[in-house]
Amino acid sequence: MQLDVIKDNYLTMGKANQVVFSETLQELAKEDKEIVIITSDSRGSGKLVPFAEKFPKQVIEVGIAEQNLVGIASGLASAGKKSFAISPACFLTARSLEQIKNDVAYSNNTVKLVGISAGLSYGILGTTHHSLHDFAVLRAINNIIIVAPADNFETEQAVHEAAKLNQPIYLRFGKKAMPFLDESNQDFKIGKGRIVNHGDDITIIATGETVYPAILAAKSLKETNNINAKVVSMHTIKPLDVKLLDDLVKDRKPIITIEEHMVNGGLGEACASYLFQKGAINRFHIMAIPDEYTVTGSQLEIFNHYGISQEGISKKIIELLKV
Amino acid sequence: MTISELERKSIELRKKILSYIYNVKAGHTGGSLSCIDIINVLYNRVLNIDANNFSDSKRDRYIQSKGHCVEALFVTLADCGFFSEEDLQTGCQYKSHYIGHPTKKVNGIEQNTGALGHGLSICVGEALAAKMDNKKHKVFTLLGDGEMAEGSNWEAFQSAAHYKLDNLFAILDYNKQQISGSNKEVMNPISFKEKLQVFGWAVKEVDGHNIKELVQTLNDGPFEKEKPSFIIAHTIKGRGVSFMEGVLKWHHGVPTEEQYLQAQKELETLEQAL
Repeated sequence: MQLDVIKDNYLTMGKANQVVFSETLQELAKEDKEIVIITSDSRGSGKLVPFAEKFPKQVIEVGIAEQNLVGIASGLASAGKKSFAISPACFLTARSLEQIKNDVAYSNNTVKLVGISAGLSYGILGTTHHSLHDFAVLRAINNIIIVAPADNFETEQAVHEAAKLNQPIYLRFGKKAMPFLDESNQDFKIGKGRIVNHGDDITIIATGETVYPAILAAKSLKETNNINAKVVSMHTIKPLDVKLLDDLVKDRKPIITIEEHMVNGGLGEACASYLFQKGAINRFHIMAIPDEYTVTGSQLEIFNHYGISQEGISKKIIELLKV
Repeated sequence: MTISELERKSIELRKKILSYIYNVKAGHTGGSLSCIDIINVLYNRVLNIDANNFSDSKRDRYIQSKGHCVEALFVTLADCGFFSEEDLQTGCQYKSHYIGHPTKKVNGIEQNTGALGHGLSICVGEALAAKMDNKKHKVFTLLGDGEMAEGSNWEAFQSAAHYKLDNLFAILDYNKQQISGSNKEVMNPISFKEKLQVFGWAVKEVDGHNIKELVQTLNDGPFEKEKPSFIIAHTIKGRGVSFMEGVLKWHHGVPTEEQYLQAQKELETLEQAL
C-alpha cells in the first residue's frame, strides 16, 4: 500500500507499540515485584509470552472473562499491586465497562488498563474486534486518564509514567509497527501534547497511530505545495492539554484533528468542545471514522477509505486552506 | 462477643436498621433484615478488623457485593465504632456519605459497590494478592441470591477455584426472594450447592439466623484445603418483624409510623424473651 512505500522515504520504522509496551514492562518488572499483569487468554496477541516466562509469579491469567479481568485487577490494585489489566481494547472497554466505571474509576483502584490491538488493528476481523468507541465511553467516566501513544518512544515513556501513577489510566496500543516520529523531540509527559512537526499554515492534532499519516501528509505538503503544517501528537485524550490548545488557536489558522476512533465523542469533539466554548474562530475539521457501518478491510485500507492517509489528509488540508 | 451477646446484638442492630430506614425514608428493609445476623457475626466474632486502624494491611477484608443492603452494614459499622451513630443522621441527605450503597468515603468500607456481580471478582483479586505476598488474612464477601444470575459472578467463581483461593469466603444471603418475586420465578437457581461444588468450591449450608451455627461455620474455614469456601446461609427476608417476613413489598419498603412502632415493639418483645 502507498503508505508503506512512502514511510520508508522519511522515517525509521520501529516496532508495534504493544511490543514496546511488553518490553518496557519486562524492564520495569525486573526491579519491581509489585507489577502484576492480568490477561484474558491474550498473552500471545499482547506479546506477553516473554513476560510470563520471565516473571511467572507476576501473571494472573483469567481466561476469556473480561469482566472478571477488571474486577480482579481492581482487587489486586486495592491490595497494593501495580496491576496491569491487558486485553484487546474492543473487549476491555466494552464488555468490562461497568467494572472500569465502578471498580476502577469510582473506587479509585489504580489499575492500569491496557487496550491492545486497539482501534482498527484487527482490520479484517470486523466490527466485533474494532474499538472505535473507547475514547468516547472512557471520556464519559470520571477519574480515568486516557493515553494513546503514537510511537515507540511515547509508548515507552507512557508505560514508565503509568507504572508510577496513582490514578486509574487507560493505555491504548496498536499492533502495527510504528515509525519514530521525531527523534529530536524527547519531551513526553502524560497530559502534555507533543509537537512532532513544526509549521505555521495549519495545525494537525492527531493521536495514536494516526499521527504517522499526519506527518507523512505534512512532509509531502511541504514538498509539493509549500504548505507548512504543524503536527501535534495529542497522546493524552483526557485530561486534554488545554494550555497547548490555547496556544494552537492563537494564530487563527485552520485546525484538523485526526483519530482512529468514531467521529462521535473522541479527540476531535473533545478539542472542539473546549475551543468553541473558549470562543475560538479557527476553521475546524474532525477527521475520524464516520458514524456508519465501517467498511471492511485491513487497518490501512480502512484508514485510506476514510481519508486517514497521506493523500486524504493532504487533500483535506488543501481544501481547508482554499476557503 | 459470646453467642448470647451476639443474639442480643442482632436484635439491637435490627432495631437500628429500622430506625435508620424510617428516618431517612429509604432503604432495602427486607434484605438488610435477612443479612444482619451474618454481618453481626462477621464484625463481632469473625473478622480481624480494628475500627481504629482500618488501614492495617493485615486486616481481614469484607466486601459487600449486595451493596443495596448497606443499611445493615452502616448500623454495624457505627456500632463497632468506625464512625459515630450521629453521622448516620445525615443518611441520604445532600452531600452525605451515607447513601444508598457502600462507598469508601465511609470509614470501614473497603470498596464502592452497588452494581451487582462485582464484589466477588474484587475479592478474588484481594485474595490473590494475599497469596502472592504470603499474608494470612482472609477475604469475605456477601452475595445476594438475585445477583447470582450475574454472569460475572460465575467468571469469578471459576477463577477462585482455579487459583485454589482457600483464603476466600463467599456467603450467600439466601432469602430466596428478589425485587420481582421469588428466585424460582425470576431465574430458577436449581441448586446453588451443586453448582458451586461443580465449580470447585467447598460448600456448607447454615441457618443464616442461627448465631451459633454462623459463628461456628464462619470461623471454621477453609472447609477444604486449596478450595474457596461458599456458605449458603438460609435466611428470611424481613426477618424479625412478623408483617415483613417473606413479604415482597418490603424489599425496599419504608415503614409508616404505625408500622415502625409495631416493628420496634415486636423486636423489643424478642429481646425480652432472650
